Amino acid sequence: MSTSFLDKLSLPAFLKPGAEAKHYGVVGDFDSPEDLLRAIRTLRTAGFTKLEAYSPFPIHGIDEALGEPRSRLGWTVLIAAMAGLASAVALQWWTGAVDYKLVIAGKPLFALEPSVPIMFELTVLFGAFGAVLGMFHLNRMPTYYHAFFNYSKSEGATNDRFLLAVEADDPKFRGEEVKTLLESLGSRHTELVEA
Amino acid sequence: MADLALDPQMELNPPLVLGGITYADVNQQISAITEKAPPKQWYYAIAISSLMTVMLFGCLTYLVVTGIGVWGVNNPVGWGWAITNFVWWIGIGHAGTLISAILFLFRQKWRTSINRAAEAMTLFAVACAGLFPLFHTGRPWRAIYWLFPIPNPYLHIWQNFRSPLMWDVFAVSTYGTVSLLFWYTGLIPDLATLRDRAVNATRKMVFGILSLGWRGSASQWRHYELAYLILAGLATPLVLSVHSIVSFDFAVALLPGWHSTIFPPYFVAGAIFSGFAMVVTLLTLARWLYNLENLITVRHLDNMCKVILATGSIVAFSYATEIFIAWYSGNPYEQFATMNRFFGPYYWASWPMLLCNVVVPQLFWFKKCRTTPWIMFLLSILVNVGMWFERFVIIVASLHRDFLPASWGYFRPTWVDICTFAGTLGLFLTLFLLFLRFLPMIAISEIKGVLHEQNQQEKGAHE
Repeated sequence: MSTSFLDKLSLPAFLKPGAEAKHYGVVGDFDSPEDLLRAIRTLRTAGFTKLEAYSPFPIHGIDEALGEPRSRLGWTVLIAAMAGLASAVALQWWTGAVDYKLVIAGKPLFALEPSVPIMFELTVLFGAFGAVLGMFHLNRMPTYYHAFFNYSKSEGATNDRFLLAVEADDPKFRGEEVKTLLESLGSRHTELVEA
Repeated sequence: MADLALDPQMELNPPLVLGGITYADVNQQISAITEKAPPKQWYYAIAISSLMTVMLFGCLTYLVVTGIGVWGVNNPVGWGWAITNFVWWIGIGHAGTLISAILFLFRQKWRTSINRAAEAMTLFAVACAGLFPLFHTGRPWRAIYWLFPIPNPYLHIWQNFRSPLMWDVFAVSTYGTVSLLFWYTGLIPDLATLRDRAVNATRKMVFGILSLGWRGSASQWRHYELAYLILAGLATPLVLSVHSIVSFDFAVALLPGWHSTIFPPYFVAGAIFSGFAMVVTLLTLARWLYNLENLITVRHLDNMCKVILATGSIVAFSYATEIFIAWYSGNPYEQFATMNRFFGPYYWASWPMLLCNVVVPQLFWFKKCRTTPWIMFLLSILVNVGMWFERFVIIVASLHRDFLPASWGYFRPTWVDICTFAGTLGLFLTLFLLFLRFLPMIAISEIKGVLHEQNQQEKGAHE
């Protein structure tokens, strides 16, 4: 099959005439977090790198098993919180001591002490927005379509099933082989899922 | 059962989820409440509470078209019931954040069954609280320029940020916003559960949109858990700051009865005290209405009663300190304010306050009171009655007689005061009932996590 120049562009698959039918990967489902962790460790030892687990609650130790680094969210929150602190100082200083100078009870137009409560509040407010919006960004939320939902039992991930996906872009990915492997590890329902 | 009682570990730490249920059972039990028609008591309750809400909006309309004189506020008592109710409602909200944030940081697993409902209660209490100062301005549509630093198109003017009232605006609005973010973040995995269970298209679409495409993948949980931890870390100092700042409204003023350095910790303890009482009131009812005895266990109720006992004792100690310091200060105005509180024209509010806030919580020393739902339900209502009187005494009994006898007066509430307050109770209850009906009132994913740990421990104990 000749490759068109279109394939070199980052276009959705359906716009590329030369593209083959894509797969998201193979998804299997397990009975318990322990079975899932065991399967992840076996696959990682076998050299698989593009694994994703789905579970109804966070599983302790799964990031280490998957080889995922710690979330970088803390930095986002720190920057947002500092921006909140700075804006609180700027707001109180500029409105009180620059734009609208009004002496009340002989107090200074701007001082740090009476500014502390609002500095604190805006630090927390901006920090909280940083945490939530930062988490949304890192998790790409909202994303209403994801290939994982093509798995016929994807709703198990929010109920009582522990799912494991071996993604198709893993260099060791061979559809049928992976399927057999997952089944041998205890997966109850294994499927090759389309992208 | 006999084995369980003999096992010392079990006796100290009884299980948080009862009945040997599975993850799927938890899913089914909590989600089903939102999926089927509510029990008939729910309809009776919402019929009454929504009528009260209508009354609230009627009163507020009457106030706006007439003026705030329809409330009993005037010189010398300019704050009256409006600010009494505001402080009372804000205080009630505090238990939700304490449960969701502080107990989370302290890894108190028992919070899991009650945090969702308590956080919802916080939001609704803050909404009710916010109405009072907003309408106390008399012109809420103009008040936006007085309360928030928005460039004023009519006058070239800015707020006075050296005033505690401005700090209060920032504290309460930050508190409301952060509580909403925290609550919604906690809800996302459960909204995805409801989406995946939905059988009709409307539910699938609504919960699909609200759950933002949550998949429960390990990479999502990784960021999610950190975001939740950070929010808990931010909300912890926030909840302590809010009632401290509310107390500055009083403590920074020079009025005897208000001008007191004990106010911030005393207000925070009182807030948690009344908030836990409200959580007990609501959850003993919800637990009975929806048969949740296996998830909201006697141990949960017992722990909440212990928190009420502890914070109630702090409140009692604060009263004692205030009275002692009034005497010890040698300040005649301070001494007069204290005597006037208990033996002046408002004695009828001060003695019930002492009875409900000092004596009633001490009943929780008895195990029977901490483990019998109907007893704690009655006691929790008494606690909130007492806390309302405390706010009333602090505000009205201090304002009505200040330094100069020439400026003394006596405050009486009008029917509009009474109906507005009753109306906010209706609004609060309506919102809470709608929450019970449409959203999972217990955090499903968190309960599953606790259940998993519990299963692990049991497995470990048997091996």
